[in-house]
Amino acid sequence: MPDLLLELFSEEIPARMQARAAADLQKRVTDGLVEAGLTYSGAVAHVTPRRLVLSVNGLTAESPNTREERKGPRVDAPEKALEGFLRSTGLAKDQLEARDDKKGQVWFAVIEKPGRPAAEIIAELVPDVVRNFPWPKSMRWGAGSLRWVRPLHTILCILTDEAGAEVVPFSVDTITSGDTTRGHRFMAPDAFSVTSFEDYAAKLKRAHVVLEAAERADAIWNDATNQAFAAGLEVVDDKGLLAEVAGLVEWPVVLMGEIAEDFLDLPPEVLQTSMKEHQKFFSVRNGATGRIERFVTVANRETADQGATILAGNAKVLSARLADAKFFWENDLRVATSDINTWVQSLDNVTFHNKLGSQLERIERIKALAGEIAPSVGADAETAATAAGVAKADLSSEMVYEFPELQGLMGRYYATHAGLPAEVAAVCEEHYAPLGPSDDVPTAPVSVAVALADKIDLLTGFWAIEEKPTGSKDPFALRRAALGVIRLVLENGARMNLSEVLAKGYPGADVADLLSFIYDRLKVYLRDQGIRHDVIDACLAMPGADDLALLVARARALNDVLATEDGENLVQGFKRASNILSQAEAADGVEYSFGADVKFAEMDEEKALFAALTTAEGAISPAIEAEDFAGAMGAMAQLRGPVDAFFDAVQVNAESEILRRNRLNLLSQIRTICSQVADLTKLTG
Amino acid sequence: MSASPTPTTPRSFQEIILRLQEYWASKGCAVLQPYDMEVGAGTFHPATTLRALGSKPWAAAYVQPSRRPTDGRYGDSPNRLQHYYQYQVIIKPSPPDLQELYLGSLRAIGIDMDLHDIRFVEDDWESPTLGAWGLGWEVWCDGMEVSQFTYFQQVGGHDCQPVSGELTYGLERLAMYVLGVDHVMDMPFNAPDALIPLSYGDVFREAEAQYARWNFDVANTEALLQHFVDAEAECAAILALPAEDPKTGRRIVMAQPAYDQCIKASHIFNLLDARGVISVTERQAYIGRVRALAKACADAFVQTQAGGWQPQEA
Repeated sequence: MPDLLLELFSEEIPARMQARAAADLQKRVTDGLVEAGLTYSGAVAHVTPRRLVLSVNGLTAESPNTREERKGPRVDAPEKALEGFLRSTGLAKDQLEARDDKKGQVWFAVIEKPGRPAAEIIAELVPDVVRNFPWPKSMRWGAGSLRWVRPLHTILCILTDEAGAEVVPFSVDTITSGDTTRGHRFMAPDAFSVTSFEDYAAKLKRAHVVLEAAERADAIWNDATNQAFAAGLEVVDDKGLLAEVAGLVEWPVVLMGEIAEDFLDLPPEVLQTSMKEHQKFFSVRNGATGRIERFVTVANRETADQGATILAGNAKVLSARLADAKFFWENDLRVATSDINTWVQSLDNVTFHNKLGSQLERIERIKALAGEIAPSVGADAETAATAAGVAKADLSSEMVYEFPELQGLMGRYYATHAGLPAEVAAVCEEHYAPLGPSDDVPTAPVSVAVALADKIDLLTGFWAIEEKPTGSKDPFALRRAALGVIRLVLENGARMNLSEVLAKGYPGADVADLLSFIYDRLKVYLRDQGIRHDVIDACLAMPGADDLALLVARARALNDVLATEDGENLVQGFKRASNILSQAEAADGVEYSFGADVKFAEMDEEKALFAALTTAEGAISPAIEAEDFAGAMGAMAQLRGPVDAFFDAVQVNAESEILRRNRLNLLSQIRTICSQVADLTKLTG
Repeated sequence: MSASPTPTTPRSFQEIILRLQEYWASKGCAVLQPYDMEVGAGTFHPATTLRALGSKPWAAAYVQPSRRPTDGRYGDSPNRLQHYYQYQVIIKPSPPDLQELYLGSLRAIGIDMDLHDIRFVEDDWESPTLGAWGLGWEVWCDGMEVSQFTYFQQVGGHDCQPVSGELTYGLERLAMYVLGVDHVMDMPFNAPDALIPLSYGDVFREAEAQYARWNFDVANTEALLQHFVDAEAECAAILALPAEDPKTGRRIVMAQPAYDQCIKASHIFNLLDARGVISVTERQAYIGRVRALAKACADAFVQTQAGGWQPQEA
């Protein structure tokens, strides 16, 4: 059982592509091996900045012999048919066998394929995998036509068994497979040969390469947290940064440095963002004060001076970066404290969208809309309008120009420094929320009002200029905005008529169409919470559906009642009643809608249903009135027994026309009463 | 891989330039002079943009003064300038040891690889105005970006075949790091013990202020807008002419004169941008217009012999 070792050694692979590439290499090679008839007991892929590695162990030494019989045309069939069969089997006529079949003599082909050695299969497979590798972006280099993520230099490919290691011979363009690789670019650059995966991993470690990404990440994290702990500090957790940094080094060396005193008063988010984005540094925090006081950088090598030169260089680069940040912060504070509105006014020169005007015009619209929405979310209209007016002021600040991801957060700092009330300052940060399905929804009334106004202006604006999302294309993130509206309303229990609110948005939007788009997002959102989409359809047909809170309360109640046996059966009874009625109404050309009279009731089950309907009617109407949907649904479910008993015992289409009409009118009472609760005809199954 | 002796630390900005010139000359590059027009980056030099096209091998290195009017800070900023130098190397086809050659150039200017941390960090290069893109890295030395390293994939909308390897060094930043200077204006331009020692500031500080004032507040935008249109028209007119020159009867495709107009238009656009008269929406339109010129010039260049065109055998 030989083991396969494959290493594709290249110039530096972008960190963000590494994990996926390792998984793709493993899948493509092992799939190819299996498809060629080989089996293996285990496979594992590794990746460093310069190498993609796959180790497959317990591989079968060769693929099995195969024998396939194929039935062809009759011996007396036309020559054309035989030719086709020979082509498809790759055989000559004298290799076919004529056998007796029910209908006479028929040609049979016996195709025998001898097994092939693993090396031969691999030698074909690997070049194919290399040529068709699914890099997100690939390139050519030199005069060749091969594509790889960056220039590919060598391919190590060996099969190892008890007898030793053998190179699997093949070439891909100008690269010929071999058994050598190189260590760390600077610390151990010379080539060496290997005989197995164990030998490879051990020699790499001696050559200052940690093969496993997880091992590099763990080493970085452990070393960083230990150094921080020794200084009485803590490293700010950042899994994404850790993975990225582990993908930038083969031999991680953690170095912790100090941030110059001058910069310690910058907002911690600014320090953190600047260090992460520009330098890929971790932030080290003083747990007691929350201040970021040091940084951790990860070098790719050891040096004779224990990293002193590297650390000094990094600290210097950081100081230059932070000097920029401090410059922005101080300039921004000057503007914010003198007149933050100059920022807002300058947004008149910034186009939001060429058909939707400037950012300032958008802000003016959001202001007006926030004022309108405020009362329905319990906010003061004037405060909401004021807050909407400054919510995007920071878009003009130098800091946000430099670090767009700090928008909102900087606004909050600047609004606070401008002396605005805390609830107004909070709006700057919170009105963008929620940004995704798991992002927190603001709860402060003023923030809710502005957040809603922001999203509704966006939606109605793009609806008005016919820039709706299509298929996978949603460049203005309108689906996210619609979900934001839904979550802001529902999670805050806000009561409003959404179509009226939408009508106050950007003029010219097709509100009905936009509303149905929002309903579609609502269905997706509620489906994730276990509410069936037909349940929502049943409730959408009811009055007041453009009050999302009411709609969802009704849907939840209906969903709950449908989960009970009574509820489910009642719906079946309702449908039966409804079907009988529609057939009769179609046949007779009349509508059976009133006039059922208990005095024509002959059977007990019929009388019982009359009584039950009266009771239900008495309970359901007031419950609906009081928006007690659970109560209404419960009362409706109570009808299940009488309805089932009625259908078991009573023949609706009686011979007597009076009885028949009375019973049809009775059924119509079921329809009328149940339809107060939801449009049950919309339910499927 | 050879353990070359660690060179001494250079003492001035110009010594770094001279060492780069000497190094790349020793590696077989033609050491060219700067292009005699205002450009935003060394890539605009026809020795890179045009020569990256077609099949003919090419190797050149040169200093290119570059202008980015919006980066002007009146000579006050420690590291931002509206006029600065780039050092540019282009080799076609890209040699297999280009990374090693590049690291050799860092050694040549006194960076000791045994003490510093050099990293190749993903950075894909794209020039919307040139219709060009490539894949590569920014090279970090102890966390500071010291160069751009790019394998050109497309220029002027044409696939690069073979591929050129392009190295761009931001000379001031690199030199400040090597020389240990915090403010660019304090950097020694020539040797500190020269007969007349000059700092970078002695050479450029006033000019930076003058240009910053002109770029931001004075440049005549109406005239510039007209120059842009004129350059665009001239480029189109040049390229519209038939290849055969009626006077000499020779085939002369005027790719480079047309490309000069493209360079002009690009720089005028940068000036207009600094003057703040181009709105966000118009920006894209202007970039598209310059790109159209670059593409037309690239189309013309591949019709020249330098661009790989060959006369038909009679």
